[in-house]
Amino acid sequence: MSGNQFMFYLFGAVIVIFSILAVTSRKILRAAVFLLFVLIATSGLYFMLNYQFLAAVQLTLYAGGIVVLIIFSILLTSHISEKFEPIKPQKSIFSALAAIIGAVLCIITLLDYNFKAGNAIAADLDMTVIGKALLSYKYDGYILPFEVISILLLAAMIASIVIAKKIKK
Amino acid sequence: MSFSFDIYDFTSFTKWIDVSLTSYCTPFWAMIWEMLIIGVAILIFYAVVGLFLVYAERKVCAFIQNRVGPNRVGPYGFIQTVADLVKLLFKELVTIKKADKFLFNLAPFIVIIVNFMVIAAIPFAKGLHAVNFNIGIFYMMAVSSMGVIGILLAGWSSNNKFSLIGAMRSGAQIVSYELSVGLSMITMVILAGTMQLTNTYDPVTNQVLVHGIVDLQKDGWFIFTGHLPAIIAFVIFLIAGTAETNRGPFDFAEAESELTAGFHTEYSGIKFALFYLSEFMNMFIVASIAATIFWGGWMPFHLGHIFGDWVSGFNNVMDYIPPFVWYIGKTFVIIWIIMLFKWTFPRLRIDQLLTLEWKYLLPINLINIILMALVVLMGWHF
Repeated sequence: MSGNQFMFYLFGAVIVIFSILAVTSRKILRAAVFLLFVLIATSGLYFMLNYQFLAAVQLTLYAGGIVVLIIFSILLTSHISEKFEPIKPQKSIFSALAAIIGAVLCIITLLDYNFKAGNAIAADLDMTVIGKALLSYKYDGYILPFEVISILLLAAMIASIVIAKKIKK
Repeated sequence: MSFSFDIYDFTSFTKWIDVSLTSYCTPFWAMIWEMLIIGVAILIFYAVVGLFLVYAERKVCAFIQNRVGPNRVGPYGFIQTVADLVKLLFKELVTIKKADKFLFNLAPFIVIIVNFMVIAAIPFAKGLHAVNFNIGIFYMMAVSSMGVIGILLAGWSSNNKFSLIGAMRSGAQIVSYELSVGLSMITMVILAGTMQLTNTYDPVTNQVLVHGIVDLQKDGWFIFTGHLPAIIAFVIFLIAGTAETNRGPFDFAEAESELTAGFHTEYSGIKFALFYLSEFMNMFIVASIAATIFWGGWMPFHLGHIFGDWVSGFNNVMDYIPPFVWYIGKTFVIIWIIMLFKWTFPRLRIDQLLTLEWKYLLPINLINIILMALVVLMGWHF
């Protein structure tokens, strides 16, 4: 077994185990931490593909951004002694069935497709390529979605300020 | 390949380790051994620097307050922190009855692991770094943004009001000051034109494939070549970096007079020591990032050729000082500045802290980025 394969199986195992723990844990902050491990392992997979930019984005946005936000809101709202109610057995049976059927469908579709394994060594993606593609307005550029997303975020930020503001009477 | 060790260039030394390991075992095991060696080396470095920083902090504090500081154990009290560490190692690890034990024990490790992952990317000397990504600086930012999770978890899982308030404060503080740290680093990325920290060379022809930030500062550090916008970015980085590490005057997370000890109130023994050490190492990391992107990292002090021909003699003299010494020297100068902050300024209030970030530093930073882009576009830098 090569180092790459070993790391792939390790990350895969971490993702599967902690995904299951994240949905079965009865303490909400623990679930958030398990989610964090899943996201970090996913970024590890990106690092293995030599796509370091996406890996770092995954770490900043998901692990450092969204999970911190989730943990922050849990800190504000829930107490340490709170636990979820244990789930009724018939409920868990049906949800397990739904999950397994979904997983089987996905696996069948994936195995159906004839993936061809390449032998080429994954090359480093130059940062300037990503930067130019993001800001290019030619046919291969992403300036329009980039700007649309920024406007969406700006609108969300202004809206949250308006909601949080105290109304003077 | 024969053994070679050059204090000015570690490339051949690390290559020697790699070649001799692969000649003894398969590539897989060679990689495992290399990872182990690097891990242990960073661990030792971490402990030694951490202990020294604790000593330095106490001495600087004593110097400013007109005291002597630690002076009993060893010459000038130099071994005092080792004695402290031994004491902490033997202390009881108190288990909190109503705490979330899993998260309580996990939190210090998250903080430490994040530190390690950042240290891996720091170029200590020529050819002496664990990883060298083409997104170097972005990687550091990405990894260090996870450090706050450890603090938040520690505060919440302790089941203590003071811890929780400390964690909340530190969360608000780190999340907002991360913006300023990131933006001031981006300002320097604009000047450098790359995010990679060290050069990558073609393995066959030995030509430079991608220029790294440190090597680009060969003819002058960025703080000189980028003049005004670089200096503004440096000042902002120092302020925001101090806030990021939860140090005074921004130490609300553990304001002793209000919150006993903030997020690590309930921790004892070695777990407390991990938090304490990671705080000092965070300061070391901020200082070494500042030294790398503003003061040229391990690059000796070189004068550009606009001063005339005599500079090559001066540059040669500077090259005699080993790169590692340059790196450590610069880093400790910045650490000393950050320590001076702590012992000269009184602690801010939380609203003053957020006002400073959102109303002053952030707008200045954004304008500074435009200024830097203008300088680079017009070629006004050296």
